[in-house]
Amino acid sequence: MEAILSSFLTKYNYWVFIGLVMIGLYALIAKRNLVKKIIGMNIAQTAVILFYVSIGAKQGSTIPILDSSHGHDAHHAVQAIDYINPLPHVLMLTAIVVSVATLGVALALAIKVYQQYGTLEEDEIQAQIDKT
Amino acid sequence: MRALALITVLMVGGLLFYGLPDFPDWGDPVSPASTHLSPFYIEQGAADTHAPNVVTAVLAYYRGYDTMFEAAVIFSAGLACFFLLRTFQQKSEETRLYRHIPTGVTLRIEEGGKTPAGSEEFEPIDSHWVPYDMIINMTCRLIVPFVQLFALYVIAHGHYSPGGGFQGGVLFGAAIILFAISHDLRSVFRRLQEKAVMFLSAVGVLIYAGTGVVCLVLGGNFLDYSFLAGMLGVDAVMARSHGILIIEIGVGLAVMAVMVMLYYNLSSAGRHDEGL
Repeated sequence: MEAILSSFLTKYNYWVFIGLVMIGLYALIAKRNLVKKIIGMNIAQTAVILFYVSIGAKQGSTIPILDSSHGHDAHHAVQAIDYINPLPHVLMLTAIVVSVATLGVALALAIKVYQQYGTLEEDEIQAQIDKT
Repeated sequence: MRALALITVLMVGGLLFYGLPDFPDWGDPVSPASTHLSPFYIEQGAADTHAPNVVTAVLAYYRGYDTMFEAAVIFSAGLACFFLLRTFQQKSEETRLYRHIPTGVTLRIEEGGKTPAGSEEFEPIDSHWVPYDMIINMTCRLIVPFVQLFALYVIAHGHYSPGGGFQGGVLFGAAIILFAISHDLRSVFRRLQEKAVMFLSAVGVLIYAGTGVVCLVLGGNFLDYSFLAGMLGVDAVMARSHGILIIEIGVGLAVMAVMVMLYYNLSSAGRHDEGL
């Protein structure tokens, strides 16, 4: 019990990540409305972004923008321990914009489906397909 | 279906929970992710590229190839949205609505009636048209240029502060979308045509890939900006810095254009009338 509690305190970012992934995955599988599925996809994407960014954190360090604006000054050595890991930030920076782009394509497909069938509910669309 | 989904989700959650003890603690300075590659980037980034913002240095120089394809993904998302939704055939409805511009009088023309198409004094409007509020109109008109200026600052200052092409491009696109929401879509088309948006999104990706090809022609690797030094008249480190700025501008253009294109197509379902 104490081990679980201490793991909750030192690893709570992963708990939030697991919770968000489960919410997003459930919405993707169980919801019948296509827009709700798209929202679920976005929640899962947000969970992955949180996971990456929280991995980059270091206790007692600052954002990865070097202190001296003259970065190539030799007499001021840069210590990696003073700055958080920039790599997850780079990966997520592009992932956020790409997730907006995929959201746009998903909404375009939803509009097309609505124009064709007049509904966004999966079971009603399936019933219309079965009838023909 | 719901029970099945719940079981699947619980199993995935259980698996992740089972692997939880293997993850490093939050904020652990010696976690595996922070000990292999990232110290090199932090210690060498500024010396290699003269960009104190390590995120920009990694994004545009060390991982430039990756970022180029991110830009290509965004570009193809804009294209996909265009091809899915854009319709050029105007559906002939029973009644058409036209507004007389000088007086604001709305004409309702039944089927078979003569439409004033081609006349300068009339403009076609949608049935859902509502007059826009003057306060919202004027406020957004005032805000938009400052948002655009800030977007340009974010793009240009990406070396020294949080920012860069992606963020600045999204901001610039948001400014145009704000204008489109506060006015209507047609008044945006008068300032930024659909063709121009398509052209800008392609030009953005072209600037990025073209910079890589120029480096290739000058004898370096693809996207190795230090070979631009002779062309720009600076040393290799500053050439990398300038190269990063060039491709950030390309990314900013592409992202801005794609955001606007997504909005144009989604808000009017591809008909490009007055929109929301």
